[in-house]
Amino acid sequence: MSAGLEVRDLSAGYGAREVLSGLSLPLLPPGTLAAVVGANAAGKSTLLKALAGLRPAQGEVLLDGEDLGRLDLGRRLARVGYLPQLLPQGTALVVYEAVLSALRASRRELAAGDAEAAVERVFDSLSLRPLALRRLDELSGGQRQMVGLAQTMVRDPRLLLLDEPTSALDLRWQLHVLETVRDLTRRHAAVGLIAIHDLNLALRFCDRVIVLGDGCLLAAGAPDEVFDAAVLRRAYGVEGRVERCSLGYRVVLVDRTLETAP
Amino acid sequence: MSGLAAAYRRFSFLRQLLLAALALALLASLVADVATGPSRFPLADVWRGLVDAASLSPAQAVILWDVRLPYAVMAVFVGASLGLAGAEMQTVLNNPLASPFTLGVSAAATFGASLAIVLGFDLFGLGQHLAIPFLAFLFAAAATLLIQALARSYGATVDTVVLFGIALLFTFEALGWLLQFIADSDALQQIVFWTMGSLARATWPKIAVVATVFAVCLAFSLRQVWVMTALRGGEEQARSFGVAVERLRLIVLLRVSLLAAAALAFVGTIGFVGLVGPHIARLLLGEDHRFFLPGAALAGALMLSLASIASKSLIPGVVLPIGIVTALVGVPLFMALILGRRRRG
Repeated sequence: MSAGLEVRDLSAGYGAREVLSGLSLPLLPPGTLAAVVGANAAGKSTLLKALAGLRPAQGEVLLDGEDLGRLDLGRRLARVGYLPQLLPQGTALVVYEAVLSALRASRRELAAGDAEAAVERVFDSLSLRPLALRRLDELSGGQRQMVGLAQTMVRDPRLLLLDEPTSALDLRWQLHVLETVRDLTRRHAAVGLIAIHDLNLALRFCDRVIVLGDGCLLAAGAPDEVFDAAVLRRAYGVEGRVERCSLGYRVVLVDRTLETAP
Repeated sequence: MSGLAAAYRRFSFLRQLLLAALALALLASLVADVATGPSRFPLADVWRGLVDAASLSPAQAVILWDVRLPYAVMAVFVGASLGLAGAEMQTVLNNPLASPFTLGVSAAATFGASLAIVLGFDLFGLGQHLAIPFLAFLFAAAATLLIQALARSYGATVDTVVLFGIALLFTFEALGWLLQFIADSDALQQIVFWTMGSLARATWPKIAVVATVFAVCLAFSLRQVWVMTALRGGEEQARSFGVAVERLRLIVLLRVSLLAAAALAFVGTIGFVGLVGPHIARLLLGEDHRFFLPGAALAGALMLSLASIASKSLIPGVVLPIGIVTALVGVPLFMALILGRRRRG
């Protein structure tokens, strides 16, 4: 039995339209944060939803050797935390209630004391205590994203799936959210997958990169190995290169678009 | 208990106090409603009649037990039903303008009542006073089942449910106008009176029906407070926690229709309570449904109870149909809420 996440021959789509066709991924060991990148409609969100069990799919998804496809949705979502692309809605709920309800909605059998302890742990681990009694409709986008992360993490998932968690955030919050996710993944020895458009953030924060194109795997591996001019051309239809900046981070530079899309 | 949980409990204690204050205000309003009316009936006599019915004169006993109390208690249960129904509907449709009227439940009930009046239907010899609420309920329930069936076929998204509801609303309104067009003058007068909403048809057996439906629905609502609270954070989020959103929406809408149909079948069309009650509860208690749902029921009950007092007090010696009063009071109150929120926001 292998610890971590293995995906074998995964197919998923919307009705008759197949988005992922027979996708297999190399083993992602515990504590790994992987970026899922690719052009629009490459299948990034579909992959995350299929792994979460929120889209019908065929194939095998093994988490720590257990086939998630054999579990009902409730048991599956107890192991998998999925953070959707949209931020939590601005409502008259206070942050503590939003996080507590996320836990109690999925685990009704949990004793009140245990639920409160779990909420307290996640507030501490995300440094959210100052926001606990603030209403969601008073928070900034970045703060609401942290609440979404707390709602996902409070269930202590083994697999963390984040769909473009930085797309609505300014630069400071992008760094803060990704640093937090990387720390959480390592500390909990979980496996994290982030669908993300910003390749430079992927290079900086992720241990692995999975490049998708038309629902198929174009490349996978360590960030240093994966990105090169050929992959950028095939995945995005752009001419580009990867260089190292003065601080030592690797950055993707795009020179021009190719005339034919990938 | 941990520090954070203790801080939250202190915070939520204020909400419990507000709920208790709403309940006390409702009790005071109920007593005032019983003591208000065209004939003089002081509070002391009301109290004496409640604890010792034999101490009242026969006329006073009739006024208290057959007129004032049933009207006042019916106002409380109808208001509570509509408040609860509106709150649940606003949550599952994620729309602050949703109320039992959004799905055409009220229009269907009105059509059913009008049909019973125009056809002179007497419910197989049981009398037209039972036939009218029976057909009102039947059509309201049928409208709900139709929406459920359509939503199941085409996907129970917020948009489809609201669109089907609006389509039904216009259809039943048009059919209602057709009935009014062909009705004779007596039937037309009855239909108009029914559509104005009135507590004058309240009796204890009818109250028992409305109260039972409310109690059962509230019990089931309270079992779903966590999933409904989770849904307020967003549909996608709730789905990711394992909430079966479409199934929840269908169950809640069925419950809402049952609440609204049972309430409207006996008192006719009463607007705004289902819309404004939840807004008052939201402002006072937030959207944690452990507090929000009972709060919306209490706010709806209080609103209709106060409207009942107003309906007897606005024109001395005349009891106005309560539907008129709720609309007249509800519109400015609703506007004040919306404008107040905009000013703050």
